[in-house]
Amino acid sequence: MKALIALLVRDMRLAVRLGGGAPMGVLFFLTVVVLVPFALGPDLALLRRIGPAILWLGALLASLLALDRLFAADYEDGSLDLILMSSVPLELTVAVKGIAHWLTTGLPLVVAVPVLALFLGLDPWPMAAVALTLLVGTPALTFIGLVGAALAVTLRRGGLILAILVLPLTIPVLIFGVAAANTAIVGPVSFGAPFTILCGLTLISFVIGPFAAAAALRHLE
Amino acid sequence: MPVMDLANPSRFLILVERVLPWLAAVTVCVLAVGLYQALLVAPDDYQQGATVKIMFIHVPSAWLAMFCWAVMSVAALGTLVWRHPLADVAAKAAAPLGAAFTFLCLLTGSLWGRPMWGAYWVWDGRLTSVLVLFLMYLAVLALWRTVEDPSRAARAVAILTLVGAVNLPIIKFSVDWWATLHQPASVLRMGAPTIHSSILVPLLIMGVAFMLLFLTLHLAAMRNEILRRRVRTLRLMQAQAGA
Repeated sequence: MKALIALLVRDMRLAVRLGGGAPMGVLFFLTVVVLVPFALGPDLALLRRIGPAILWLGALLASLLALDRLFAADYEDGSLDLILMSSVPLELTVAVKGIAHWLTTGLPLVVAVPVLALFLGLDPWPMAAVALTLLVGTPALTFIGLVGAALAVTLRRGGLILAILVLPLTIPVLIFGVAAANTAIVGPVSFGAPFTILCGLTLISFVIGPFAAAAALRHLE
Repeated sequence: MPVMDLANPSRFLILVERVLPWLAAVTVCVLAVGLYQALLVAPDDYQQGATVKIMFIHVPSAWLAMFCWAVMSVAALGTLVWRHPLADVAAKAAAPLGAAFTFLCLLTGSLWGRPMWGAYWVWDGRLTSVLVLFLMYLAVLALWRTVEDPSRAARAVAILTLVGAVNLPIIKFSVDWWATLHQPASVLRMGAPTIHSSILVPLLIMGVAFMLLFLTLHLAAMRNEILRRRVRTLRLMQAQAGA
């Protein structure tokens, strides 16, 4: 337990102090959202209607950004070997690394949503719905991404292959996240059903992600 | 244990050399019968006309598209659990075939959709999930190509294949849910649940023919892969001896 907490603190410190993890992701998120009106035109009614979809897409892409360094940095400086040799189960270590990664990259995206929602003219209730679905959904994105990050550790163009591997697997999260967020705009459909399924997807990713990522890391050598 | 006997690639190669010509001959015969039945004997649909014939290619392709992933999943288990030396060869040989069958399914479906629905592509649940399956096949192929060492690539791909095998039903379910949300009455529903035997029999023959075709191509591709690896090893040894 102590080792896991130490790892969590270390990973978060590294993320905050090196290469600007959290601000970079949020900046990318902001840029994507700012680009959309240039492509679609400044029609606020249209932006308001597709706002949740834009925010979800932006968050999905932003969550991919730092993923390729998740294990690759540890692999390069040798700390991954120490992690592999330690007596703590690798699945737990991987899960803790995922949590640290989410706290430093996923959570800031959720916090940024209210500001970005202003640009898209979202009302408070849809804004809250988007923030809530992202709060539940981004951990799933991170934990699915863990698998891709573990598979792409040693690859030279890891970032590119990572996106190809991970994005198809995130389709269900995107579908139910946007569907739940959209209920706040479209109206009578209930928020509960898609939101509950989104929660379920996140829980499934908590199970599959660490186990598959740990298996991939074990087969590295 | 026959499966364990085949773990020896040389013995497997001997078996393939013996079986492959016969298998290829049977495949050609069944395919010929199936195509004859499908294209010349089976009647035109009263509504769709001759375009219904596309189905005889389309439906078996769709079956094979899913079957190939199943083969890859079993092979992935073989790689990860038993370290069977031929399992990763089987997985690698099946991936391009699966991608090809999926592409064939999408292509024929799209050609059928143009005259029938008036569009090459519709964001329907089934079409979309097959498209995602195609993307997953391409991801697997990309991963095979990026890792140089075959045995390391095999383990990485095996994990991706198994994660895909767990996720594909989830994706299928979500896409169906999404599609029904977007378009309530789907055009894809068949008019009647039963297919008349004049169409069903050729379809089943074509299904068997495609299965045999897959088996033939798969065995040939496995043989080629084994030989390719031997060439690679020989080259590496030569390079080491020269150095």
